[in-house]
Amino acid sequence: MFFSRLSALWLALTITAFAFTGCDKDDNTPTDSVGEVDIEMENVVGSTPLALNTGSYTTAAGDQFTVTTFKYYISNIKLQKADGTEYVQPDSYYLVNQADDASKHLSLKEVPVGDYTGITFTIGVDSTRNVAGAQTGALDPSNSMFWTWDSGYIFVKLEGTSPQAAKGGLVFHIAGFQHPYNTIRTVSPSFNGTTLMVRTDHSPEIHFQADVLKMFAGPNQVRFATLSNSMGGASSVQIADNYSKGGMFTVAHIHAN
Amino acid sequence: MKRLLLVLPGLGLVGLLTTNCHPDADVQPLAVVPGSVLPTNFPAPAYAVEANPPTLAAFELGRTLFYDPQLSRTGKISCGSCHQQFAAFANADHRLSHGVDSRLGTRNAPALQNLRWKSNFFWDGGPKNLETLPLAPLTNPVEMDETLGNVLRKLNADPSYPGRFTAVYGSSPIDSYQLLRALAQFTASLTSANSRYDHYVRQEAGGTLSAAELSGRALFSAKCATCHRTDLFSDDSFRNNGLDSSFAADSGRARITRVDKDLGLFKVPSLRNATLTAPYMHDGRFQTLAQVLDHYASGVLDSPTLDPLLRQADGKLGLSLTAQEKSDLLAFLATLTDEQFIKDAQLAQRRP
Repeated sequence: MFFSRLSALWLALTITAFAFTGCDKDDNTPTDSVGEVDIEMENVVGSTPLALNTGSYTTAAGDQFTVTTFKYYISNIKLQKADGTEYVQPDSYYLVNQADDASKHLSLKEVPVGDYTGITFTIGVDSTRNVAGAQTGALDPSNSMFWTWDSGYIFVKLEGTSPQAAKGGLVFHIAGFQHPYNTIRTVSPSFNGTTLMVRTDHSPEIHFQADVLKMFAGPNQVRFATLSNSMGGASSVQIADNYSKGGMFTVAHIHAN
Repeated sequence: MKRLLLVLPGLGLVGLLTTNCHPDADVQPLAVVPGSVLPTNFPAPAYAVEANPPTLAAFELGRTLFYDPQLSRTGKISCGSCHQQFAAFANADHRLSHGVDSRLGTRNAPALQNLRWKSNFFWDGGPKNLETLPLAPLTNPVEMDETLGNVLRKLNADPSYPGRFTAVYGSSPIDSYQLLRALAQFTASLTSANSRYDHYVRQEAGGTLSAAELSGRALFSAKCATCHRTDLFSDDSFRNNGLDSSFAADSGRARITRVDKDLGLFKVPSLRNATLTAPYMHDGRFQTLAQVLDHYASGVLDSPTLDPLLRQADGKLGLSLTAQEKSDLLAFLATLTDEQFIKDAQLAQRRP
């Protein structure tokens, strides 16, 4: 019930976002009227904070697992105002790595001041950057998130163990951006009615939770006995559908600061 | 407004293509980076010159890297080990590539030529950008078997690389971006466009073809040029040319796309320098061009993904070729050999 109501809300937001994608000009605010938005990504397993290696978890379907690596790309962040206008962050690429606390803090500089009511971002990397050649920063292939033999980025990487997995290991490298196995997903987690007020002297913070369990539940329930390794293809599409449609990313709260 | 902005660089490119070309390398001063002037008889490139503007210092850096065995785990295999200039940067006499510790690859190392015009690479089209391509052989366990991190550590610890990279890119330490951009300066420079055939189509000195070669050219246009298209001699597509009827050994393009309709499809290779790039096909199964023509004439095997162009109206597979036609085709193919390319001292390993 709760989920379906949320889904409806996301749908509404997505439609709103789509309806106004043509108007990505801001309100001609002078360049000095900008503030900062901070995003905190908290990776969780259900209601528990994710602990690499030591944490022991159970999927909705009852499979036990541990997590040794959890990394994902967030890109193309957009903030929407109530009037339908949108701020599109330029060069917007972040790699969140559970093993690196600093990477969980995303700082958006030079956001035009205003009252924002929604956010949209891509889980993964857009197709353009997947084929764009040598890259730096979050997209540096040194980050172990780049496939060389079928070049392109791994959008979400989860590795771990499970007694239910055939060989004991879990390897989920969700990647691929070409039809019919495109795993690029764009989501618009709800602010739940809160307004993000960006001012020159206020840096509000959006606190997200990313729930690992959502990778394995949702439209396509995953049992590790039958699926413990996914590197692109149909199974990666199923997991991408799980974490996008099932709402892996939720806004826990917004600090006005 | 936006449209105007798009049109302007387009016009600039056309201008470059039509006015700036001195395809005869004989008349170029040595200071010009090879391949930085595009041949007039080629289509528009996939990797524009402006995408990584050639400079002599960056090109020379890429050239040193290309021939440097430090890039492999064992310090014994360089890019140039499997891509030899005298073979148009293919691997002569090797059906499959030989990597570190004599590990055998799964496919025939292709010629490296006119890469600037390709939008994807390898027999299966996996790598999609010239700049990121080297990451595949660098990290492949049966090729150079090294990690990107280790390569960068070795380069940064080298007595000469850091200074050369800083001179080109202005910052240190050497990172993956600098490494890949420098390598692309060299790989993009590998332009073969000075065969006798090229002189013929550009109506330059030395561009005469014999009667047999001209007959071969006409046959080629009729029977081969749909796939081996333009003066690049490839349409850059993937096709099943009837080598096998099942594809358990190598699924080809399907390895990348994961769809059945691509089973057994491989990249149509350019035929430039074909006389130098034996053995032939993705697994190097044919030793001579005559064997290749025999395959098309009488060796094509059926399978669900066989290219429709190899099905004749009467149900026969392959291409109908008489002995005379094969002989003329071989004569024509030999006109695509570019001695200037394989002897260009600027593309060779610099001897200390």
